[in-house]
Order: sequence, then structure tokens, then C-alpha cells
Amino acid sequence: MKSPILETASRYLLSILLVFAVFLLLRGHNAPGGGFAGGLVAGAAFTLHAGAFDARRAQRALVLRPPSLLAGGLATMLAAALVPLLQGLAPMTGLWTTIPVPGSDPVHLGTPLLFDVGVFLTVLGTVTTITFAWEAQP
Amino acid sequence: MELFAIVVAGFLLALLVPALERLLGEAAPWVAALVPVGITVALARHLPAVAAGSSRIETYAWVPSLGAEVAFRLDGLSMALALLVTVVGTFVFVYAGRYLAGQRQRARVLALLAVFMAAMLGLLLADDALTLFVFWELTSLASYGLIATYHEEPESRKAAQTALVVTAGGGLALLAGLILLGQAAGTLRLSSIAASAELVQASPTYPLVVGLVLAGALTKSAQAPVSFWLPSAMKAPAPVSAYLHSATMVNAGVYLLLRLTPALGGTGAWSVPLVTLGGFTMVAGGVLALFQKDLKLVLAHSTVSVLGTLTMLTGLGSAAAIKAAIVLLIAHGLYKSSLFMLAGAIDHETGTRDLDRLSGLRTPMPTTAAIAGLAALSLAGLGPLLSFVGKELFFEALLEALSARPLLLVAGTLTAMALIGVAGIVGLRPFLGEPSPAAQDAHEPPVAMRIGPAVLALLGIAMGISSPWLGPALVGPAARSVLSEATAVKLDLWHGPTPALFLTLISLVGGFVVYREWLSLHRLLPRLERYKAWTPGGIYPITMDRFQEASRRLTAWTADRSVLHHVGIVLAGFVLLAAATLAPTLGSLAPVVGPVLPVQLALGLLIAIAAILVATTGSRLVSVVGLGVVGYAIAVLFTVFGAPDLAITQFLVETLAAVLFLYVLARLPRYETRMGGPGRLAAGLLSLAVGLAVFGLLALASGPPTDLVSGYYRAQSYAAAHGRNVVNVVLADFRALDTFGEVTVLAVAALGVRTLLRGVGQEGSS
Repeated sequence: MKSPILETASRYLLSILLVFAVFLLLRGHNAPGGGFAGGLVAGAAFTLHAGAFDARRAQRALVLRPPSLLAGGLATMLAAALVPLLQGLAPMTGLWTTIPVPGSDPVHLGTPLLFDVGVFLTVLGTVTTITFAWEAQP
Repeated sequence: MELFAIVVAGFLLALLVPALERLLGEAAPWVAALVPVGITVALARHLPAVAAGSSRIETYAWVPSLGAEVAFRLDGLSMALALLVTVVGTFVFVYAGRYLAGQRQRARVLALLAVFMAAMLGLLLADDALTLFVFWELTSLASYGLIATYHEEPESRKAAQTALVVTAGGGLALLAGLILLGQAAGTLRLSSIAASAELVQASPTYPLVVGLVLAGALTKSAQAPVSFWLPSAMKAPAPVSAYLHSATMVNAGVYLLLRLTPALGGTGAWSVPLVTLGGFTMVAGGVLALFQKDLKLVLAHSTVSVLGTLTMLTGLGSAAAIKAAIVLLIAHGLYKSSLFMLAGAIDHETGTRDLDRLSGLRTPMPTTAAIAGLAALSLAGLGPLLSFVGKELFFEALLEALSARPLLLVAGTLTAMALIGVAGIVGLRPFLGEPSPAAQDAHEPPVAMRIGPAVLALLGIAMGISSPWLGPALVGPAARSVLSEATAVKLDLWHGPTPALFLTLISLVGGFVVYREWLSLHRLLPRLERYKAWTPGGIYPITMDRFQEASRRLTAWTADRSVLHHVGIVLAGFVLLAAATLAPTLGSLAPVVGPVLPVQLALGLLIAIAAILVATTGSRLVSVVGLGVVGYAIAVLFTVFGAPDLAITQFLVETLAAVLFLYVLARLPRYETRMGGPGRLAAGLLSLAVGLAVFGLLALASGPPTDLVSGYYRAQSYAAAHGRNVVNVVLADFRALDTFGEVTVLAVAALGVRTLLRGVGQEGSS
């Protein structure tokens, strides 16, 4: 059932929600948010898009196929766990580095953040796998 | 980093295979083969140092609190076997590329072969017991995936499952054995364990350790009574059989036995089972090989036989026996992989592997015939070949043990006869005689499929002729790792007229007779069929079938009726567990109840009303809305209690759940049947019980707060983990491993939903 309101709204909401999802991901370490919340918001955005249009269009917007997101997310988490091995530390040790940003506070980057990105991708993959599979049903 | 890089190279190759296939097409397998070539070169660079007696060690921290490290060690033994893995691997990639050309499984097979190669190298190079175990199990998993290449066929699935059940079962025993061994020796480092022989053998757990380690090694190397998985693994495509089930994975068990001989060997508890089972397997495998009609099955059973020989020799443990084992191991790896590749090539060209239908192939494929003849000579152990050197050493070891174990010599000679017969059947019979109908349309296999067998067979000759140099360079250092003494290994091609040579001549005569009488042997076959159910190979499928039937019945009783029934059983189980937990504490429950805010009361009331609405309404839409209200109200409650992360997640999950409900409801038919009175009463009582159980558990959990764990997290969250959001820091840092597991479950669930939904439209209901 085509709804012009939903279609128009979804067109704009998709980008806004995705930005918000990434915002939730990045702020998670020091404020409410994190990989799970960000992934769910991103998943909800694509679900909205798939509901307003159809699974094929939402798939095009997503670019990557949902199972690839699952694999990519898990691989990212694994990479974050194994990076410390290169420095001779035990796996999953948290390594942090500080990047100075001119005109603002320095940015802290670390393997837990990479891990959270992996969680984000996997949760996004989970939600899109399920909803796209449903949308593809006749 | 070098050894680490060598192990990881294969995993990286596996990740790149799909891209290589897309970009390079037919050149992809050749490019992939460059990786094992590179590893061979990298390993060979260390040959002089290893031959001189030094070994290269690399260690990385893993789980310091368990004393486990990721440790690699390149010494004589691991060098010899690792080179076998990479040299054979090079040609297997090239062969597999051509053999599977045009098949859609090719990329997957190549990737899994790369994973297997990496896992095998990790196994051989591992110096820490747990590191070895991880790679051990990885090889079993890779083997499972490869045997099931044609998984649409039920036979392939069964074969893969059999292989996995046997080898992984053995793996579990091995884990227990390795842990006990580590405790007895006080360290998990294999090199240190090897030096603590007295400590280990004096320990009260020694017999148990031996039993468990033997279980692991013997299942992996397909010894009696669990050798049945190897012949059934022939369902895998020829490149897989040539790599895993002849030259590499099946050697892992023998490798483990050799590696642990310094620590565990030299006692009756070690040598008696090994010599007995190995000797029995040796003879039984050789005899069974003669009763087969399928070319690959003949080779499979002969592999079992040779593995039995290697096991027996390792059990004997004398210097002569160990030297024989190492030489035979290398020689066997070379000629068996060559023969498997040839069997696959013949199948590829003629369309059959049935020995009854293959004859006269020397006319259409002369070079293949020559290569096969050479490889078969190696199997027979006749001529200027490495396997001949090995066979002489084998007989010498048996003669040395003649006074203690006279039967072994008889068994060894019988086996040699059987294997010479096998060599004739595999390497001569299909090529001699009149061309059969299958041979009429055949022609030479492609070069890519001949080059591997040719080089590997020629290596057998080259190594045989160069054995005086090979001895101190390759075999000596390997033997030294096992015998831990400076044994001079002098390998000669020609020892003169020794008793060993005499035994070779006897076995040649016997083998010739076997070859001539092969057809009459086969007339005995039908009479032996009825004994099949008594063999382990017959018992296993029957046991598995009964087990699966029982499992089906249990599932049908608990889950196969309606979703309601299934959920009801789960909830009933929960209630029982909760009751069991609460029963002992009922008298002393003292729930801590804080002041109740009006907001909380209002939300609680809203939740209750919505829940009753959901339970009593007749409209599905109202139920969905009601559930949504319950969910959102709980989220607001979380906010009120000061848990923003929980609230955010609850809001989002509730929204998505509502969407999923709508998807499902849109496709369900109208309410047709309502539950009868008794059903509703039971459901109501169950719901009441669940509510009481949860209330009781909450009361139990709300006792005086223990601040130990949460206090630690709160204190360390910013100090050690640079984060102010404790919840997120716990998820992504402190307990990241748990999160990994949970997220994996999510991924698997999503894939499950997708698979189920895809199947619905296609095959109808099942």
C-alpha cells in the first residue's frame, strides 16, 4: 500500500536517522548510547525505508547486502580483539590513542571503539536481514 | 613475527579467494598456489639452522592467568611435516583449480583449503598445548566443510557429519588429556613438557593422560576401531582427499604422538596400545584395501594401513622405528597425494572410478600411466625411492623388536604383500590390457591436473636417490626432536644383502600372487557382507540413526504441535527452575522495598491495564498496540529509575518488535479457533505461576546490594577504560568477550529467520 506521506517522510528521515545513529555510536563511550542503540536506530531507519517503498529500494540504499553486514561486523569485532596481538599483548586488551584536533578537544580513539563499530554493523545487519526478508515476502 | 605470519598467511588467502576468483578467473588457483610456495621458501631458509640443531621460537601473550600463550616453534619435526604440507599444498591448489573448473563450489573449496593449510601449519608449529588444540579443532572443522562440498547430496552430509563426530569427539578427549598433562608437568609449553618426562610419568594421572591423548591421536589418524570415517570421507572431491585425507590432516595424529613421545613414551601404558592398535590397523587396512572396487576406496584403506604402520612404529619408540616412521611419513604423503590426484584425473576423464570398468588406459593417456606407475612403485616401496629406504628401515625396526614382539614381523610382511598387491591394482591394472568402453572416449587429463602427481612422484625418486644428503638435513633433525639425543641418521639407498632386503623380496613374491589372484578374492565378497554390521563401521551408522530417531521423537513431543504448546513447555520449565531456586530461601526472603514514587505507580497501573487488554481483546491490532504500550511504559520506567541506556534500547527494540508483529499479522488468517475452557484455564494458571516466580526471583535478588563488582566497574571505568558511560564500557571493554558471543547469537538468529522465510515460498510446507 503506497502512502505518499510515508514515502516523503522516509526520504528525509533516512539520512537524519543515519546521522543520529552514528552520533549515538560515537558518543556511547561517555554518554548514553553505544553500538547497540546506534545499530538499532540505523536498522529502524532502513526498516522505515523498506516499509515506505520496497525491499529492493531499501537494499539499494543500504548498498551492502545484510549478510555481508553481519560478516563485516563480526570481522570488525574480531579485528578489534586481535589488534593488541601485534603489540605482544593479550587479545582484547584495550588500546587507546589520542589524536589532537586543532581548535577543539583531542579525540580519543581505541580498540573498544572499533569493537563498538563492529557491534553497530552486526546489529544493523541483524535488523535489516530480518526486515528485508519479511518485506520480500509476497 | 615470521612463524605467526606463516600461519596467518593461509587465513588471509582464504579471505582473498573470492576476490581472486572474480578478478583473475582461471589464473586464480595459480596465484593462490604462490602462497604455499612462498611459505615453502620461508621455511626452507631455516633448514641449515634447524639441521644444526637450533629451533626458532616465537611467543605471544594469550591468557596469562591460565599460563596459556600463543607459542610457535620450528624444529626438525615441525619443519619436515610443514614442508610436506606446503609442497603438496602448492600442487593441490593448481589441481583443484582445474578439477573444479566451472563448478560453483570452486571458490569455497579453494578458500577452505587455504583455511585448512593455515590451521595445519598452526598445528605443526604450535609449541603451547592449547594453541595446538585450537588448530587441531580448526583442521577438523575445515575438513567437515570440505567433505560436505556437495552438500545437496545426503551421502556427503552424512560422511561429513561422521568425520566431524569422530574427530571432534577425539578432540574433546585430547583437550582433557592436554590439560591434565599440563598440570602434571607444571607447564603448557610442549618443549618444556618434553623435558619433564620423569615428572609426568610419575604423576598419578599419567595413565589417564595417555588414554585421552591416544583417543585424540587415534581418532584423527583413523586407527582401529574408529577408522571408518576415512573411507566415507571419500565423498569429498579428489583435491580434498589428496590433501587432507592422505598427506596432511591424517598425519596430525601421528605427529602428536611423535611430539609427545619424549614426555609420555617409553612405558608399557604408551607402547602396548599403540603397537597393538597400530599393528592391527596396519594389517586390516591392507587387507580391506584389496576388497575394494572403487579406486578412491582402495587408496583410502591403504592410507589407513600406512597410518597404522606409522602408529605402530611410534609406539615401538626405538631409534630405528622412529627413523622409519619419519621417512615413511614423508614418502607416503608424497605418493598418496599423487595417487589420489591421479584417481581424480581418471574419474574426470573416463567418468568412472570402478576398477572393473577401467582397463587399457595406457593408450589414451600414456603420460598418466607413467606417472601412475611411478607413484605405484612408491606405494610398493620398490626401487630407488624414498619409500624403499623407509621400508628397509621399517623391516630393520621390526627385526630389532623380533625377540619381544615376534608377531610384528609377520604382520609387517603380510602388510607389505598386501600393499604391493594394492600398488599393482592401482598403478598397473587400469592401464594394462584391452581398452574398456570407459577408456575408449578418454584422453589425457589437462596439464594442471598432471603436473602435481608428476612432481610429487618424481620427488619420491629424487629424495630416494639423494637420501645420503637427506638424512642429516631433514630426517635427522626430525628424529632428534623425538628421541632427544644426537642420533646420527645415515640414510642409504642400498644397504647390501641385509635381512630387510630378504623380507622385501618375500613380500614382493607374495604381493605378486595377491595381484594375480585379485579377482578371485572379490568372489569372496558377497559372503563377507553379513559381517559388516559387527564392525565399528557398521555399528556407528546404526547408533547414529537410533540416536537421531530418539531425538526426533522427543522434539515431536515437546515442540512440534503448536507454538503455544512449545512456549507453554518452556515457561513451565522456567517456573519449575524458579521454584527449585526459591524453595530453600522462602523463610528468609526480605525484599528491600524503597519509597514508591507516584510516577512509578501510574506506570505500573498502565502496564497492568494494557496487559489485561492484550490478554482479553479479540482484535489483533489492539493486541499489538497493547504490547507496544507495555513495552514503552517499561522503557519510561527505566528512565525514571535512571537507566538511560536500557531505556533507549527498550524503546528501539519495542518499536522494531511492533513492526515485526505487524509483518506477521498481515499474513495470518483470521482467528479461526479459540482455545477451549480447560485450555484457557491452564494458560491462565501458567501465566499466574510465571508472574509469581518472577516476583519471587526479584524479591530474592533485591536483598542488600553487593557492591563488589559494580563498585569496581564504577571506579575503573574512567581510570582504566577512558569512558564515563559505565554500561557501554562494560559491554565493549570489560566484558567484550560476552558481547561477542551475544552478537554472534543475534547474527545466527537473523540468518535463521532469513533461511526460514526463503524456504516458505519455495517448497510449500513440510
